[in-house]
Parts: sequence; structure tokens; C-alpha cells
Amino acid sequence: MTTTAPPPAATSTSPKERRPATLRRRTPSSRRRSTPLTIAMLAALAYFLLPLFWLLIASTKSTQDLFNSFGLWFSHAPQLLTNVKETFAQDDGVFVHWLLNTVMYAVVSAIGAALLAAAAGYGFAKFRFRGDRAAFNLVLGAVMVPTTALAIPTYLLFAEAGLVNTPWAIILPSLVNPFGLYLMRVYAQDAVPDSILEAARIDGAGEARIFFTIALRLLAPGLVTVLLFTLVATWNNYFLPLIMLNDPELYPITVGLSSWAAQAQNGGAGTSSDMLALVVTGSLISILPLVAAFLLLQRYWQSGLAAGGVKQ
Amino acid sequence: MAATTATLAKGRRRAAGPLFVAPFMVLFLLLFLTPLGYAAYLSLFQERLVGGTAFVGLDNYVKAVQDPLLIQGVGRVALFFVIQVPVMLLLALVFALALDSGLLRLARVIRLGIFVPYAVPSVVAALMWGYLYGPDFGPFAQLSRALDLPVPGFLSEGWMLASLANIVTWEFVGYNMIILYAALRTIPQELYEAASMDGAGAWRTAWSVKLPALKPALMLTLLFSVIGSFQLFNEPNLLMKVAPDVISSSYTANLYAYSLAFTGQQVNYAATVSFLLGLVIVIASYAILLTANRRRTP
Repeated sequence: MTTTAPPPAATSTSPKERRPATLRRRTPSSRRRSTPLTIAMLAALAYFLLPLFWLLIASTKSTQDLFNSFGLWFSHAPQLLTNVKETFAQDDGVFVHWLLNTVMYAVVSAIGAALLAAAAGYGFAKFRFRGDRAAFNLVLGAVMVPTTALAIPTYLLFAEAGLVNTPWAIILPSLVNPFGLYLMRVYAQDAVPDSILEAARIDGAGEARIFFTIALRLLAPGLVTVLLFTLVATWNNYFLPLIMLNDPELYPITVGLSSWAAQAQNGGAGTSSDMLALVVTGSLISILPLVAAFLLLQRYWQSGLAAGGVKQ
Repeated sequence: MAATTATLAKGRRRAAGPLFVAPFMVLFLLLFLTPLGYAAYLSLFQERLVGGTAFVGLDNYVKAVQDPLLIQGVGRVALFFVIQVPVMLLLALVFALALDSGLLRLARVIRLGIFVPYAVPSVVAALMWGYLYGPDFGPFAQLSRALDLPVPGFLSEGWMLASLANIVTWEFVGYNMIILYAALRTIPQELYEAASMDGAGAWRTAWSVKLPALKPALMLTLLFSVIGSFQLFNEPNLLMKVAPDVISSSYTANLYAYSLAFTGQQVNYAATVSFLLGLVIVIASYAILLTANRRRTP
């Protein structure tokens, strides 16, 4: 299964393409703007924002209003704060657990995965050693192996190791990001000049110190990219926690929300009839942190992606 | 003296490479290769009612390739792939080219707005679209009724795959667009100057300069899409609760493997199905890579 695929055109990187991606090449003011194209793109934008707009509206409604009022506009009695309060209070505040679990799983996995990928990418890019090529190609082939082909056997292995139904069951598999390694290797190749490494070595700096004080800083945009994308992957992960966890206290927000949704769709039998409003409000709360992270860090991940997407 | 420190440093340096690589590779071995090997191992056994677990060779595979539920599941995701992925990538490409053309007003807002769904968990995306699709209280149904039009049956048997495709497209167009856009931003200025010197207009430049430069990035997005669509699980698993009559527990291959393992307790057969599904994905990925490389070097 783990085959050695050359990356598509890995060698076709011309020196010209190696410019830092952050350099902007055109001055926008020298061009004319097109109103028809802008209108067409705004129409497309409306499609992408429509469900989020619905979510925003829906989270101000009671379950009853969700059924009785028009979906894409406010009802007569908006109650966002009540919904938020009830979402946090439901089932003895289990939603707070879900939020904190999600943050913990995502942050630990993302930092771990990014550092592991950065160290290994740097090692593959800047050192020659026996088997380096074979090892790298092995990981590269793994980019194509679907995570779900791994999920069920991983579950079975973890069950035998007693790791099922613990946070490790979510964090450990998220630490290995083959594409992140690939990205960091490509990035390290250009972002960390050999001359700086040589200079530091002549000054007597140890390899570990060089990595942590010099290389890591130069790798920052690539690191943030891997960090953010692992963060999203873990934050949004559903399949893995669904099979690994059965204690609601350990659920991340995705599995928690889907369990609430299942209750709401069963007609709320035996539970509060306000379930649907809670699912909607909980959904809104769950997407805010990631959207904020992406907006705040956009400069970093956009330049990091440029490196990975182009130099394939 | 100087020579000895130099050799010492060199020796340390050679040792440093494997040390940087080791933590990743150890975890890779434990959490990637071991489960893969374990799945392969499990797939060679069968749990019998009498006599416990027995080695059966490739019997599970023989059973799997003839299993109508699995064939249907794989067929369904293949159909999904053939329809959804071209639409999604074409949209991503058009959006990226439009953003890169410099002709847009509000380009930043548009770019980020289209990308935002990527930050939305697929669970939330499926829940939102599930409500929007709803035939009783969904806004589209409400609008249709207000206008005396027939209510669209988004969750009906005939529409379900398209409705799922819409959710996935909504989630990932922005992500693919950003990858392509990032690739476009790194095309060197000289190429544009050369093109305009040759008298190429905007369309010609897009076709002859931008598209060829985008090929590696397009390849990347295509590969990720193969992997994503053949593994389709989250969206159908969530819409299953809204439309249980349409989405069965074997609607996609992955859903089938999941229900085999966790509802049916057929661990060995589930491992076989996961392994086969992985194989299908790897073969499809290679087929794409090979055709692309052959075209590149005629």
C-alpha cells in the first residue's frame, strides 16, 4: 500500500518560481475594474454565505419559531442570548466540555503535528543520510492512503492498548500529517539558506540550537500553515472521535452536536423540546473560533500555501 | 586541532539529520504503517460462530468483490466523484482566475467569503444544509409554497446524491480556490510581460500562461478530491438521520465499513472493506498521476 510516488513534477521548480510568495507583482491601480465580473462574483459569494446567514438568523429563534417563521429572516421575538444561555446550561453544561475538549484536541494536535513536520521536513531538506530518500518517499506515498482506511484498524489497535475512550485516541493519530511533512520539506529547502546554517555551525552552535533559534523562525509561515490546517482537520474531525469515544464528557463539539441533532430529530422524546434551537446555536458558537483564527492569521497561511501549492 | 573539531562537527551533523526525522518517522510507523499492516492481517481471518477465529486466506476479498452492497457503495462514490469533483474544481479555477485578474472590486472580501465554509465543520455544514433542504420547514420549501410552486425534493432518492454533492462543493470550493490562487500569485512577472509583448490578450494569457502554470496545483487539488470523495462519510452519515429511507447504512463504501465494524461487529470483514477501499483510492490516484505525467512528457 505504501508506494513510492514521485510528487507531480517535484523537480520542475525553476529558480524563478522560488521568489517569496508574498511579493505582489502587479499594481492593482493600473488596471480597470470590471463591474459585471464583480456582480457575478458577488452572486457566487451570496451562495457561500447563505447557509451561514441562515445559521445566524436561526440561532435567534426558539424551536417553535424555527418551524413557524420564514427561515431567512428574524422572527418577532429574537432570543439569541436565551439560546446561548440554554446551550451552555443543557445537560449540566456538557457543551462547555465539548468546546474545551475540541480546543484541547485541536491545539495539542496542531502544535504537535506542526513541530514534528517542521523538524522532519528540515531534516529531510538539509541533511543527507542513509535511507533519507526512501523514508521520504514512503511518507509521500502515504499522502494517498485514506485516513478512514486507517481509522477502523487504529480503533482496534487502540482498543487493545487501552487507549480507546481517552483523549490520546484523538490526539495521537492527528500528530502524523504526511502532507504537512511534504510541505515543510519543500518550504525548508528555500526558506532556510545553507549559508546561514554554515555560519551558525562555524560559530559553534549545536544542531538543536540552530534548529530552534534560527530555522524554526525562518520556517514560520510554513509552520503556521501546517498548524492551521491540522487545527481545522482536528477541529472538524468527526469520524475518528465518533468511533473512538463513547463518553459524552470526552466528545468534541462535532460529535456532541450530532448527538443533540439526533435527539432533536427523534422529536425530542424524553428530552427538552428546545433541542433544535440548541443544535443551531451550538453550531454557530462552534464555528466562530476557527473563522476568527483564519481571518486573523490569513497573511501567514496564504503565503505558506503558496509555497506548497506551487512547488508540487 | 582545527581538523579534529571539523570532523567532529561533521560527524555530529550527519547524526543530526536522522534525529530530526526520527520523531515523525516513529509515530508514522506506529500510527500509519502498523494500522495498515494490521488491517491487512485482520482481513485474512474470519470469525466463525463455531470454532472462533480462523485463517481464511483471501476469502474475505473474494466475498467483498462480489458483495452487492459494497459494489453499490463504491459505484455511488465513483459517480459522486465524476460529477462533483469537476464542478468543484472548475468553480475553484474560475474564481481563482477572476480573483487573480485584478478586475474585481472587493476582491479581498470575496476571496475570504468564499473560503469561510472551509472553516465550518462538515458536521455543521451537513446540519445546516439538512435544515435548508427540509421539505416541511426549510426556507426553499417555504418560498416554493409561498409562490405556489412544487416543493423541491432535495432529500428524495433521486436528488440525494446531488444534494450531498452540493454540501461538499460548498465546503471545499474555497479551499481549492485558495490553493490555485496562491499558485497564480507566484507566476513570475516576466512571463506576463513576454505574453503581452507577443500581443496576447487577457483570455490568451489565461489559457497559455496561467493554466499551464497551474497544472501542479490543479493536480494536487485533484488528488485531494479523489481521496475526499471516495471516503465520503460525514455528510451522508448526518443526512441519514433526516432521510433514513434514502440513505441506507451502506450508502457509501465508507459508511458500509463503519456499520460493518460497529453495528455488525464483523471486524475482519470491515477491515477487508477498508483495505479494499484504500486500494481503490490509491489506484485511482495513480491512474490520475500517470495520465498527467504521460501528457506532460510526450
